[in-house]
Amino acid sequence: MIHSLFLINCSGDIFLEKHWKSVVSQSVCDYFFEAQEKAVDVENVPPVISTPHHYLISIYRDKIFFVSVIQTEVPPLFVIEFLHRVADTFQDYFGECSETAIKDNVVIVYELLEEMLDNGFPLATESNILKELIKPPTILRSVVNSITGSSNVGDTLPTGQLSNIPWRRAGVKYTNNEAYFDVIEEIDAIIDKSGSTVFAEIQGVIDSCIKLSGMPDLSLSFMNPRLLDDVSFHPCIRFKRWESERVLSFIPPDGNFRLISYRVSSQNLVAIPVYVKHMISFKENSSSGRFDVTIGPKQNMGKTVEGVVMTVHMPKAVLNMNLTASQGSYTFDPVTKVLTWDVGKITPQKLPNLKGIVNLQSGAPKPEENPSLNIQFKIQQLAISGLKVNRLDMYGEKYKPFKGVKYITKAGKFQSLGSRIVLG
Amino acid sequence: MSTSQAYNEEKGGSSSLGEPEYGHDPASGGIFSSDYKRHDDLKEMLDSNKDSLKLEAMKRIVAMIARGKNASDLFPAVVKNVACKNIEVKKLVYVYLVRYAEEQQDLALLSISTFQRGLKDPNQLIRASALRVLSSIRVPIIVPIMMLAIKEAASDMSPYVRKTAAHAIPKLYSLDSDQKDQLIEVIEKLLADKTTLVAGSVVMAFEEVCPERIDLIHKNYRKLCNLLIDVEEWGQVVIINMLTRYARTQFLSPNQNESLLEENAEKAFYGSDEEDAKDDKTEAASLVKRKPYVMDPDHRLLLRNTKPLLQSRNAAVVMAVAQLYFHLAPKAEVGVIAKALVRLLRSHSEVQYVVLQNVATMSIKRRGMFEPYLKSFYIRSTDPTQIKILKLEVLTNLANETNISTILREFQTYIRSMDKDFVAATIQAIGRCATNIGKVRDTCLNGLVQLLSNRDELVVAESVVVIKKLLQMQPSQHSEIIKHMAKLTDNIQVPMARASILWLIGEYCEHVPKIAPDVLRKMAKSFTNEEDIVKLQVINLAAKLYLTNSKQSKLLTQYVLNLAKYDQNYDIRDRARFIRQLIVPTEKSGALNKYAKKLFLAQKPAPILESSFKDRDHFQLGSLSHLLNAKAVGYQELPDWPDEAPDPSVRNVEVPEWTKCTSREKRKEKVEKPFYSDSEGESGPTESADSGEGSICHDVRAWASVAVGTDSLTPSLPGQHLTLGSPSEEEEEEGKKAKKKKPQRDREGGSESSSEEGSVSESSSSESDSGSDAEESQSETETKRRKTVKSSDPNRDQRHGDFCFICPGILPLPSLYPHLISSVPQVISPVFSSVKTYELLHRMTGEGLSVEYYFSRQPFAPDPHMVAVQIQFSNNTDSEVKNVRISEPKLLSGMRVQEFKEIESLAPGETTSVVMGIDFCDSTQAANFQLCTHTRQFYGAIQPPVGELMAPVFMSENEFKKEQGKLTGMSEITEKLTLPETCQSDHTIVQRVTSAANVSRVPCGADNEYRFAAKTVTSGSLVLITLEKKEGALAQLTVNSEKMVIGTMLVKDIIQALTQ
Repeated sequence: MIHSLFLINCSGDIFLEKHWKSVVSQSVCDYFFEAQEKAVDVENVPPVISTPHHYLISIYRDKIFFVSVIQTEVPPLFVIEFLHRVADTFQDYFGECSETAIKDNVVIVYELLEEMLDNGFPLATESNILKELIKPPTILRSVVNSITGSSNVGDTLPTGQLSNIPWRRAGVKYTNNEAYFDVIEEIDAIIDKSGSTVFAEIQGVIDSCIKLSGMPDLSLSFMNPRLLDDVSFHPCIRFKRWESERVLSFIPPDGNFRLISYRVSSQNLVAIPVYVKHMISFKENSSSGRFDVTIGPKQNMGKTVEGVVMTVHMPKAVLNMNLTASQGSYTFDPVTKVLTWDVGKITPQKLPNLKGIVNLQSGAPKPEENPSLNIQFKIQQLAISGLKVNRLDMYGEKYKPFKGVKYITKAGKFQSLGSRIVLG
Repeated sequence: MSTSQAYNEEKGGSSSLGEPEYGHDPASGGIFSSDYKRHDDLKEMLDSNKDSLKLEAMKRIVAMIARGKNASDLFPAVVKNVACKNIEVKKLVYVYLVRYAEEQQDLALLSISTFQRGLKDPNQLIRASALRVLSSIRVPIIVPIMMLAIKEAASDMSPYVRKTAAHAIPKLYSLDSDQKDQLIEVIEKLLADKTTLVAGSVVMAFEEVCPERIDLIHKNYRKLCNLLIDVEEWGQVVIINMLTRYARTQFLSPNQNESLLEENAEKAFYGSDEEDAKDDKTEAASLVKRKPYVMDPDHRLLLRNTKPLLQSRNAAVVMAVAQLYFHLAPKAEVGVIAKALVRLLRSHSEVQYVVLQNVATMSIKRRGMFEPYLKSFYIRSTDPTQIKILKLEVLTNLANETNISTILREFQTYIRSMDKDFVAATIQAIGRCATNIGKVRDTCLNGLVQLLSNRDELVVAESVVVIKKLLQMQPSQHSEIIKHMAKLTDNIQVPMARASILWLIGEYCEHVPKIAPDVLRKMAKSFTNEEDIVKLQVINLAAKLYLTNSKQSKLLTQYVLNLAKYDQNYDIRDRARFIRQLIVPTEKSGALNKYAKKLFLAQKPAPILESSFKDRDHFQLGSLSHLLNAKAVGYQELPDWPDEAPDPSVRNVEVPEWTKCTSREKRKEKVEKPFYSDSEGESGPTESADSGEGSICHDVRAWASVAVGTDSLTPSLPGQHLTLGSPSEEEEEEGKKAKKKKPQRDREGGSESSSEEGSVSESSSSESDSGSDAEESQSETETKRRKTVKSSDPNRDQRHGDFCFICPGILPLPSLYPHLISSVPQVISPVFSSVKTYELLHRMTGEGLSVEYYFSRQPFAPDPHMVAVQIQFSNNTDSEVKNVRISEPKLLSGMRVQEFKEIESLAPGETTSVVMGIDFCDSTQAANFQLCTHTRQFYGAIQPPVGELMAPVFMSENEFKKEQGKLTGMSEITEKLTLPETCQSDHTIVQRVTSAANVSRVPCGADNEYRFAAKTVTSGSLVLITLEKKEGALAQLTVNSEKMVIGTMLVKDIIQALTQ
């Protein structure tokens, strides 16, 4: 299936190549570079490119292009999903998926790729199995290795692949047994100028960090499971239990993983936690305009809205902006025309405001568009959908684990379009 | 960090331009300045006996490979370490080997024996990894070895090894497609496997090797459906795609009754309500005529078991299920996939891109399904352009009379976007909405006309093009718009837009009689500066005006045509000539002249604005071909539904006779049930009684295959003690797991009969009641089972008792060999036959000295592990040759040479012969050395034919059979051949075999069989040859030997000897 993989950085250097079948020359990437040039913007490079003898399927992650070479028919999503899994694995192993990290750990990267694919077909993609095969580098280990000459490759062969719970390794031991669940919800919304919601939706995930000894069998139940409209599961979850009882029952993988991701049914009205009042105007035949934006809290259930950041793509004709922020700081990049306002916390007593003058290129026609505002924010200790974890029970092991649940609400893709506002 | 250092050194050493030297290692750039020297350094490190140095060297080499640098010249140095104890070094050597084996085939063969040893390791993971690497070495000569290894592994006890075997199948197939038939046999065998681990991999192999053999699936269809949910996610994708194709060939279309509706779908959606009603009636009428459709229970099974996978976290799985539903499900049920697909739109942009392409295709056929999610396709300013355009496509496909106003409002905001490509696409989309939905045509048109005053020229141009298309539908009502557009010609510069305006004015010049000639006048003025497409339209306009209003435009037309006559573009010159002939009446003008008006001003059909995704669904959705809208290499056509359903009984799994088993066996099954995947028993209610039976018989068969598997492995597996223990151990463990119901996964298919649930709870409660009791009874059954394992082969204990004793190949201590060899087969002096001599040094190259050698087949007295080579020197010169001797033998590791005593002098014309011994280490690699005389040095090499690497042994027929029994499986190579007429008699056969190999004949009772035995000289491994004459000239040659390489080559040599 996957013939070869090339990793290419933004300046067009192929800094890693791996072949699973016979070797494909680097020159195949020229087709990719051609497409990249045509696309102008990195995110507009088509993920699938057809060349005379091969097909190239690529993803763009963390400033790296993962370009895979395919020779025969294969579902494109299969390859894309796998490449993302590779990037996730690098992230997991090295803390970041960057060119430097990959170059620094090139041997581990190679060993990982070798295990993840056999003859181009995915073999071991579960992080737990991989970590048993190839230990992730830590500072301590690299020091020890350089002294003793021992290696990162596990000398015991993993048994996980053989069991029918391949995502969990055997013989896990912790002195402190802990299970943490982060319920993270994101609001995607488009709000128009008048403040009414064009589109709003809540997407959530439950990320878990489970450090439990042995083979614990967990069940997690919610106060209001009916809120969850569409759910996708980690393979460990027993689908039938969910169907019949709406309880998440599973033997967890060891460590960090995403338990479920869900969407809250669209019937429920989405409470938008902030509002934006904005006035951006350009006068006809003048080289300046006015800019005035205020952000305020709304329906935030008594919690503080924090980490508020607003970004605006200003029209091309804007030269620079002279603004005063009542709170936080702003920057305007005259090259990309992006205005970023880092607001911080919103206090209802004194609403943050940013206003001032926009300078336009003289002679340029009046920009026709009111730019859209993108807003980021965070609310701790709140799941905006109202989802609540009821209880977590553990079977199969004797000890008492420490359990914790954390709720966070974030702006997902929150946007105020054109003459409207978008949160995101 | 050492690795990073290695990496940087790599860069520093090569001449990478402008790359900064990484300061922390001053030695890196300077010392190893040339490739040659650096590699020398690495070789030294690899040759050292410190693992840490080797590791360091391997890391550097891998870093080179990663960078795409050539490291092939290190091959010999690296391959030596293939048997290194350090596991990381070993792994890196594998990486290297797989990368370069193709380029260095001969040397790669040296490593094969290591993997062959690994294939027999008691540890299943080592067996698997040996097979994995062995099959990844792309060297055609080892094809037979790979084939054997795959066959062996396909019946391994460990499912993990079987999985690896399945992975190896496509590798071998790509190396040698002649093996297809044999590989299909293996695939067939593995398809019958019951474990989830194997299922995905074998279906992948099936898809690559023999996707057309759909008949292999019948028997496994239900099992695959039932296992699906527990297969790993990548396997799920492959299986689902394959089953989609399968279902298309085996079941009837669930939408038969609705096909009529589908045909009219387009019309019904766009048409008025009355039309709809009419359609309903016709449809109802047709429904009555058809016989009712009943879905095949197997078809239902597939749909039901794939549905939960829509909830997978893996986008590829979700897409696979979605396409399955789209292609296979009844129309009413397809809707379920929409929600899952919409969920994928939150994922990475590449995933969005692919999903949107598929949604775009689906939304044409099944619009209703995505309508509730309309808003999910709204566009954000942060989306990449390619995503925006796809979303626009979907929104346009979803537009209908009820939602069009919302969509148009949305489109209006898009027009203000800064992304111009996107704006242009939006205008096109508005045009499509307007043509499709009559109600909003005027609104759209007005909106577009407003855009004509837009400040951005691109927007205006695009609008003009779209307006032109819309106006064609009802031109009479829109002369105002045409006038407005005529005015635009002064300003607008985009050629496509100018051309469109000119065409409009020409086409509808009767509606704007006053303006048209004026426009022509202006255009004539600027004609020379226009783009080609505009020029063509100017000529068109001139011609049309000439025909309708020749009084005003005659001169202008002449002028334009004259200009065009001398244009640089031949197309325009052609057009001008053609039009002049057609419209300007002359004496010579042909018959067409009078039809000119009809030709130019005919009623033209309005263009249909269609989605580019229309009809793309003839490609299987989710496939690469669908995405590219072109057939990709290896794409399997999605077949049409059959008119008549093929026989459904082919999917019934027959019950083997001996399932009518004893009560004890029945108990065994019960214990085992949870072991063989819990999904086993989940056959749903529709599957009815027969499948229930089926699943039991599956169990029995699986159990049998375990038993049979151990049995057949017995003779060949060296690590028997260990492997023997494992099945029962495994089962014991599984048994424990089964006891704890909790940790078992019970993710079962969507709807399950309540009775089953009841039974689960029942059993668990009884367990808790009498916990210890149950345990006891279980262990009891366990012991019983173990007993049966043992009793099934009463000889086993005894067998592997003497097994270790006889088969020397597996014993690691070489010092034991002589003892063993002497204890069993007696080495006898060779059977003599015609001796073949080989040339070592020709008279010409040897400047008069010629040297020949032959394999004397006598035991080499000083060292029994050496092959005796008789060397004959003849001096053809006029002078004496002195001091003939061998020097500087260049030998591969392990090889040894016993030189002959120096020949002091050789008189002219004299001939002398000497004997030397060479230990070839049981390989056919040449021994290289230099032949020195008192004046010169010559290069010489002795390469043994494989038949000379052995010495004959004497055996009785019984001994032979006994030994042969131990060398089955991997160690047995069988080949069929046809004996030529010249080679039918006993005598010739024996003679030819013995001439090809140094073997002795074993007396034999049957007269159509010939047996020969020998042992290899170095390691003393037995080589047993059996030639069996069949009917006619057919014969079958079997070689049994521990040393598979030798065996393979020997078969070749003997066949050559016999057939020539």
